[in-house]
Amino acid sequence: MAAPRRRNRPLLQVEDLRIEIPTRKGALVAVDGVSFHIEEGEVLGVVGESGAGKSLTGAAIIGLLEPPGHIAGGRIVFEGERIDDLPYERMRRLRGAKIGMVFQDPLTSLNPLYTINQQLTETIRTHTELGEKAARSRAIELLGEVGIPAPERRIDQYPHQFSGGMRQRVVIALALAVNPRLIVADEPTTALDVSIQAQIIALLKRLCREHGTAVMLVTHDMGVIAETADRVAVMYAGRIAEIGPVQQVIRHARHPYTLGLMGSIPTIGHEVERLTQIDGAMPRLTEIPRGCAFNPRCPKAFARCHVERPELLPAGQTEAACWLYEAPAQRTGSDG
Amino acid sequence: MAEALRSQTGAGGDQALVRVTDLAKYFDVSPPFLNRVLQGQRRAVLKAVDGISFEIPRGKTFSLVGESGCGKSTVARLVVGLYAATRGRIAFDGVELGALKRRSEMAPVRRRLQMIFQDPYASLNPRWRVADIVAEPIRAHGLSNDKAAILDRVGELLRQVGLAPVDGEKFPHEFSGGQRQRISIARALASQPEFLVCDEPTSALDVSVQAQILNLMKALQRSFGLTYLFISHDLAVVYYISDTVGVMYLGRLVEWADAKSLFARPRHPYTRMLLDAIPDLEMSGRQRTPVAGEVPNPITPPTGCHFHPRCPFANERCRREAPKAIKIAVGEVACHAVEEGRLPDAEVKAPPTLPEG
Repeated sequence: MAAPRRRNRPLLQVEDLRIEIPTRKGALVAVDGVSFHIEEGEVLGVVGESGAGKSLTGAAIIGLLEPPGHIAGGRIVFEGERIDDLPYERMRRLRGAKIGMVFQDPLTSLNPLYTINQQLTETIRTHTELGEKAARSRAIELLGEVGIPAPERRIDQYPHQFSGGMRQRVVIALALAVNPRLIVADEPTTALDVSIQAQIIALLKRLCREHGTAVMLVTHDMGVIAETADRVAVMYAGRIAEIGPVQQVIRHARHPYTLGLMGSIPTIGHEVERLTQIDGAMPRLTEIPRGCAFNPRCPKAFARCHVERPELLPAGQTEAACWLYEAPAQRTGSDG
Repeated sequence: MAEALRSQTGAGGDQALVRVTDLAKYFDVSPPFLNRVLQGQRRAVLKAVDGISFEIPRGKTFSLVGESGCGKSTVARLVVGLYAATRGRIAFDGVELGALKRRSEMAPVRRRLQMIFQDPYASLNPRWRVADIVAEPIRAHGLSNDKAAILDRVGELLRQVGLAPVDGEKFPHEFSGGQRQRISIARALASQPEFLVCDEPTSALDVSVQAQILNLMKALQRSFGLTYLFISHDLAVVYYISDTVGVMYLGRLVEWADAKSLFARPRHPYTRMLLDAIPDLEMSGRQRTPVAGEVPNPITPPTGCHFHPRCPFANERCRREAPKAIKIAVGEVACHAVEEGRLPDAEVKAPPTLPEG
């Protein structure tokens, strides 16, 4: 469970990341002061509701922020090298070779006009020295590895000839084609049925263990995180509300938002008359309140929450951005 | 006729408000005529719903779960009359819906059943004010013509779903997804229905908002004695909201039982597989049964039991013969293996008993 620490330096370090989207009425701050790191071979889950900024953070790391959105502050350091200001061509070479990605909708990540073979061998040949034939046999091997039956026959088919789950397997094969160090997976199972979702999660877990690949798993599904991640970051209104080891965050959440979120998930076997309910909704980017962004919905908010914004503070074995933990808390966790 | 109808609908001596018997809906998905003639392509029929039966007691919630393409939404549409059934009967409070031919016969029943859709962005007319949207069923069913009375009623409805009467002046785009779903619910309640068909009402919402809507639906059920047919693919949501749960696979109901026993002791191998596939928040580290295969193409479903290619317990009989529903303690299950008692017990919570059949 514990993240391997071969070196002191983490694989990925995000520092004080700020993403802005300019509009006619001024810049919207979609991600504000987000810092975290991912160790080699570690799975970091990022959860949050729509609009919390989790996908944007992922897109920023792989350098695929949709304009006019842009990084307005902070740094992204990958393997000791700053990557947020790389020129396009160098970033393009890094992406695919060192950082792979898996998106929510497998149909849009595959080109409908090319066969699976063409798409896989293109990626393999762009980033390695392999020739046509060797690339093809590597592609077949990859398809077999992600559990596609009869890969030597299916490799010449087009994406539309695959089912949703099979397409997502192809996308994972594509992401893993050149043995990247990090995969950014943005809602990889959201478009799939539960039985297929379970297969894909198991596959992703197995492959990353075997290849030692680190994963940033962006999802809104706490169950997927619980099954997959080593650590989890909970995002709210463009900031990290809480971050820590996954068991700690799920069982002993500290931030009132995480607590409310956990309580609002129905669980099989738990007889409850009423689900915990966080009233209201996450604020729009144009109306993020002063102080802690969660204060209007927070049952424990006090004066300070309305004026001053909390940074991540050690709270038990996690870190929570909440003034409740301002008091001299004993730091026990080794994370962070 | 109208008199006869009233006496039929009014009574309600029957415990089950909705009774569905052998319901089926086939869609013709054949290639166009010319392709059939010139290229010799065959006619093709998609059996979206293939003979399912269930009943919903008054004031209770019956849920249908299953993966995409299993036909659960088609059942919802059949029950509210958006599709005409190919076969089978739907009885609402003793009145058979298929027998009502004329609009005038249909109207009084229609008022009593309403539907809530999945997508709160698509199901509200963006050009109408919320007050007009909510008032539409009142006008459509001629429940009131007095403008002031309608406005009062709309205000009351909006309050009931947790919005303010002044929100009636706004347009749908001014609301978030959760608030829009509240508007849909207010509209559904406007004609004072007894039965609501909810097709994935929370699937498009975030979890914290989903909790709000589920709590609201439960509260409304208590205060108005509503009966729900709830369609969802999310088993945890279904566990929370339902009294009875039916599991569908490729157009057939493979198992139904009261929610507690279905989740504590699933009988059908498909139900077990579904339950096993849900990511576990408890992280109890349980060993999952590897889930194999995918849902087959519904146009050419497997012979016999539709589930047999993915079922670890399938034998020759399963490949040949479609299983009939057999009674279990509370509910029914359609599985040869359960019937023959050759299925290991899923959970150890309950004493090992196997079928009475």
